Amino acid sequence: MIELIAQNPILAALIALVGLSIVFGGLLGFAAEKFKVEGDPIVEQLDELLPQTQCGQCGFPGCRPYAESIANGDDINKCPPGGQSTINAIANLLDVPAPELDAEHGEESEVKTVAYIREDECIGCTKCIQACPVDAILGAAKLMHTVIADECTGCDLCVEPCPVDCIDMLPVAETIADWKWSIPAKPGQMIATDRRGEVSPAVQNEDAA
Amino acid sequence: MSRTWVTPGGVHPPENKHQSVTQPIGQLPIPEKLIIPLSQHIGAPAIPCVEMGQQVLKGQVIAQAAGMVSIPMHAPSSGTISAIEHRPIAHASGMLAPCIEITTDGADTWIEHEGISDYEHISPRKLIEMIGNAGISGMGGAGFPSAVKLNPGRQRPIDTLIVNATECEPYITADDSAIRERAGEIVEGIKILSAILDHPHHIMIGIEDNKPEAIEALAPHVEGTGISVVVFPTKYPSGGEKQLIYILTGRELPAGKLPADEGMVCINIGTTYAIKRAVIDGEPLISRVTTVTGDAVGTPRNYDTLIGTPVRHLLEHNQFNEQAGGRVVMGGPMMGFTLPSADVPIVKTTNCILAPSYAEIPDDEPAQPCIRCGMCAEACPVSLLPQQLFWYAQAQEHDRLEAHNLFDCIECGACSYVCPSNIPLVQYYRAAKGEIRQAREEKVKSDHARDRFEFHKERIEQAEREKEAKRAARREATQQAKADHAAAANGSAVPSAAPAGTVPSSSAADIIAAAQARAAAKQASPEDQRAKLERTIASAEQRLKMAEEKLAEAINDDSGKQDKLSAAVENTRQKLEQSKSKLAELAE
Repeated sequence: MIELIAQNPILAALIALVGLSIVFGGLLGFAAEKFKVEGDPIVEQLDELLPQTQCGQCGFPGCRPYAESIANGDDINKCPPGGQSTINAIANLLDVPAPELDAEHGEESEVKTVAYIREDECIGCTKCIQACPVDAILGAAKLMHTVIADECTGCDLCVEPCPVDCIDMLPVAETIADWKWSIPAKPGQMIATDRRGEVSPAVQNEDAA
Repeated sequence: MSRTWVTPGGVHPPENKHQSVTQPIGQLPIPEKLIIPLSQHIGAPAIPCVEMGQQVLKGQVIAQAAGMVSIPMHAPSSGTISAIEHRPIAHASGMLAPCIEITTDGADTWIEHEGISDYEHISPRKLIEMIGNAGISGMGGAGFPSAVKLNPGRQRPIDTLIVNATECEPYITADDSAIRERAGEIVEGIKILSAILDHPHHIMIGIEDNKPEAIEALAPHVEGTGISVVVFPTKYPSGGEKQLIYILTGRELPAGKLPADEGMVCINIGTTYAIKRAVIDGEPLISRVTTVTGDAVGTPRNYDTLIGTPVRHLLEHNQFNEQAGGRVVMGGPMMGFTLPSADVPIVKTTNCILAPSYAEIPDDEPAQPCIRCGMCAEACPVSLLPQQLFWYAQAQEHDRLEAHNLFDCIECGACSYVCPSNIPLVQYYRAAKGEIRQAREEKVKSDHARDRFEFHKERIEQAEREKEAKRAARREATQQAKADHAAAANGSAVPSAAPAGTVPSSSAADIIAAAQARAAAKQASPEDQRAKLERTIASAEQRLKMAEEKLAEAINDDSGKQDKLSAAVENTRQKLEQSKSKLAELAE
């Protein structure tokens, strides 16, 4: 046997290669089973970045389905509650250029809102309770409902089903506890029109010429 | 004399401390109104325990501590509670916060209080409780409740007690003058702390060499007590907790660690005085030494100020010249902030009110672009890279900011002070910290929302599954019944002659029969029915009567509810008629 191999270098090479591929193939197969990753990790990461309002403005029933859709190549600019910062974060993760927010799905709002039920007018129909994706509305049939403000994501979904229009989306007031310093104006902007982002007439004329 | 270490960076701004130490600590007349914010410390705001119009005595508890990390508030003078509402407080945002207002009666009558002199024989737990009940929080800067700081339950015993008498910020002399006049009481306070902490090996008072009078005043009191006064060269910022610990011990406190984790307790010298008053005299923390200084005030000096005194009261008694400088700063020129109005009250952490003239501290010059000179990095006492942080703060790159240890920045302002381009660097860092904190909070909230959403989905699905299971069970039961019937039919005398169609029809007939039987059972007792109807009529009559009364009232009031009420009355009357006619039918 050894003699045969020694006399046939091609056979020797073949046996060696086949042997190696069997060993490493087995190793890889074992690793694939042993260290198997459950689910798609990119979906998890995308879901982490989305704001979890579960508002459905993207056209999907919740944030996770949208994350799955992005993983399958959908546009990343369909999330108005997340706004530009979320788009930037997703673009960063996927290493793609960050587009502007798609206006078709809504506009990014400056202030956070929270649902408020005008309790005198509530007829207790439970429609908003059924609509709320995070169970943030408390109440029972024919009894007054109210919103647990801390749990409300401001998704808007309860406003539409209300038959008596007694739900308002109120802006969340800033308190002294969550007040924060603002970023100062950029240095080097000593000219008032520059600061305001206006272009002076002289520059406009130059551009035209 | 013990060895000291030198911190990196630091600056030497003009000290301007001499102006306010020419006079002894003064006393102000009691202001007409005292405004006590409920949150003057780190932790939960205190909960008011007084009512509007209630008479309170000096030192009486007006708000109780809310939980472990909180402190109670006391009335700084006797008087009447005249408001419990939101008022402007000393905060850079200029926003309102809950406060209690006391209209003073001028009598300044103390509530009964009693201290203990032999604190050596009292358990530390009891002493800590006394300090907590006296509402003492750190008086140097952040205002951390002292009782929490001293509480045992840490992994390692305390071997070093550091008393912070550095007062490195320009202009401020509150601690300096307090030591000059009250050195004995301060040392007494340190001895109490030493007793609480089971006599640590090292007790050091850290003080800069620009306060020779204070050092001299301390010397006779610390002799033979084991307390050492450690003097080190003046440099800003040496008074930061971590900086002072390094200067005195050469030990660097790791990021995110408390001194207690390293077996140390660091406490402000003003706080030790408050602790002495609390334990030996039984007096809660209701006043503190505050420096009033700057070129826009007549005589810069220190006052023993009641907590809650409006800043305006301090300035008015000091010939404040509004023309010379309109700005009033709380704290020093490096870390202080301009007050939104002079109506805000002095709180437990207010060490200085600075009213500079424009010549003294001009308005900030406009920021110029960064020229990358690197002076900020040289000045930083925490060895950070302020320039990098500045770029990343502008670009809002939160990951990189954290990687460059933004949260180790103590916001001392040394970098902004040396910046030749006048860039307000600290403001960038504060803003970036705020953004990152907000992002973290939002992350927690969104994770929570995700959990709730998933639970919601799970619940809906489970309900659906249960419904489906019930439906399936019912279907199976019907089929079973059918099969049973079929079997019964097959087993009877005419096995093959029975057509397939009779089986379902016979079961349907059964169901109908059962329903009829149930209906008959209901109909069976006319007495019951009559009794029920009579009850209905009685209650309807009563309701009708009440509704009519209400209607009459509404007509008298002319409140616009008449229409609704009269409709309701009509409704009730109709129902009553119906019930009566039914009863008549039944009687037939």
